[in-house]
Amino acid sequence: MSTAAPALVCTDVHKSFGKLEVLKGIDLSVDEHEVICLIGASGSGKSTLLRCINLLEPINSGSIQVAGEEITASGVDVNQVRRGIGIVFQAFNLFPHMSVMGNVTLAPRKVIGLSRSQAEAEALELLDRFGLADKRNEYPDRLSGGQQQRVAIVRALATHPQLMLLDEVTSALDPELVAEVLNVIRELAEGGMTMLIATHEMGFARDIARRVCFLDEGVLLEQGPPEQIFSSPREERTQQFLQRIIEAGRM
Amino acid sequence: MNGANGSDRARRGSLLQISSVWVAVASTVVVFAALALIIVNAPGWPKVKHAFFDPAEFRAYFGTIGHAFVLNIKIFLVAEVLILTLAMVLAVLRSLPGPVFLPIRLLAIGYTDLFRGIPTILLVLLFGFGIPTLQLSHVTRDPVYLGAAALVVIYTAYVSEVYRAGIDSVHPSQEAAARSLGLTRGQTMQTVILPQAVRRVIPPLLNDFIGLQKDTALISVLGPVEALQRANLGSASEFNYTPYVVAAFFFVLITVPQARLTDWLIARDRKRQMAGGRV
Repeated sequence: MSTAAPALVCTDVHKSFGKLEVLKGIDLSVDEHEVICLIGASGSGKSTLLRCINLLEPINSGSIQVAGEEITASGVDVNQVRRGIGIVFQAFNLFPHMSVMGNVTLAPRKVIGLSRSQAEAEALELLDRFGLADKRNEYPDRLSGGQQQRVAIVRALATHPQLMLLDEVTSALDPELVAEVLNVIRELAEGGMTMLIATHEMGFARDIARRVCFLDEGVLLEQGPPEQIFSSPREERTQQFLQRIIEAGRM
Repeated sequence: MNGANGSDRARRGSLLQISSVWVAVASTVVVFAALALIIVNAPGWPKVKHAFFDPAEFRAYFGTIGHAFVLNIKIFLVAEVLILTLAMVLAVLRSLPGPVFLPIRLLAIGYTDLFRGIPTILLVLLFGFGIPTLQLSHVTRDPVYLGAAALVVIYTAYVSEVYRAGIDSVHPSQEAAARSLGLTRGQTMQTVILPQAVRRVIPPLLNDFIGLQKDTALISVLGPVEALQRANLGSASEFNYTPYVVAAFFFVLITVPQARLTDWLIARDRKRQMAGGRV
């Protein structure tokens, strides 16, 4: 029995790129400490939804609330909003000209205003927690894909976000590197981090998600606990999608 | 067996290496010797040698032209700092997004179009002779300053385009990553985009700087005694072109170390950022 507002509420979110409508009225509510997996074919709108929540893409209509505040209202300080929402991208997007330490301390120093020594002390603690302390002086291109993605997660955590958005964070990794990244996400989930995860890793989704949402052509077609979605999906499109995944040997 | 084979192969490999070095040396010597022979045996060579490569003239003018060259160095050092700064401002202005900044973008585009198009010597003349004729108070009439100002105006247009190419070459996902962390547009530009952009355009930047260094000689048309003007005077009094060769020698002398320094900087950066090496 909690009176706190949900961590995230999307209400009738529409988004178009030119004539192409990518999100066709998404309604989604995420409670605090809840882990939700977004599944669906490529182009179904998963990434776009995450980018809209982070305000990297302006929405055409509808509204998005984070912790009870409407972030899509005009006059909202987008930098302040983004500070509270961490996003991790499929392609890592680390800054190649900065060391691991530079990547992780950039936002704490520039956005929060910590001193270099304070920011580095905090960063070291985070890096240590994810087994990356010995890589702090390396440059991104000299790390494995798994290490790079873990650094990207640490970088997103450095501003102490209340909500993490993960956009297919294992899709660009070699299969043997996927586990180390999933373990990090698992640890975050156990720590109570609220997360919205777009993923193609169905086993992982079944394992970690409290709720699985199936997106199909910009519509949130079906959602429910993983057992229900994966074993007895109601919608025909969901059944077809899962059938294709099984045929591809991905589940 | 294997070991013996391996060392055999290694020996053959190093023999190959040594012989390829000799081939390189031999072909270089043959080519340059042939060129030298052709030039030296040309019918007019004694005249050319006397007019352009007179050792006595070379020695006589080395000191005075070297002294005058200090003015060229001063001009381009100051101009380079101004150009680097102004061109950066221009490039950033031109990459401002959104309809609000359209007038600023248009001004920036107009500036580059105009000043990249004007022949440098025309602008040097226009500034050097035009501005004093306006008889404005508080505006310098010193031809060195006016000529340098013309160079700054022209090269700012060139260098801003180089910067802009660098900015455009940084993938938009870098901006997205920085903005997603809560950095403002300005902070993103300053800490994420520009550092990567500038690293990528160092070779073409150096290109423009060598161009600038040579173009400091254009200021001679306004009268100041820099290296080329000094060579002009020397050549006129001696009826000999060797002073020009002396001036050219100084220009080449300063560009070569800069080129090597840039190569070294780029190699060091690459080594540090890329896999497979430790600094």
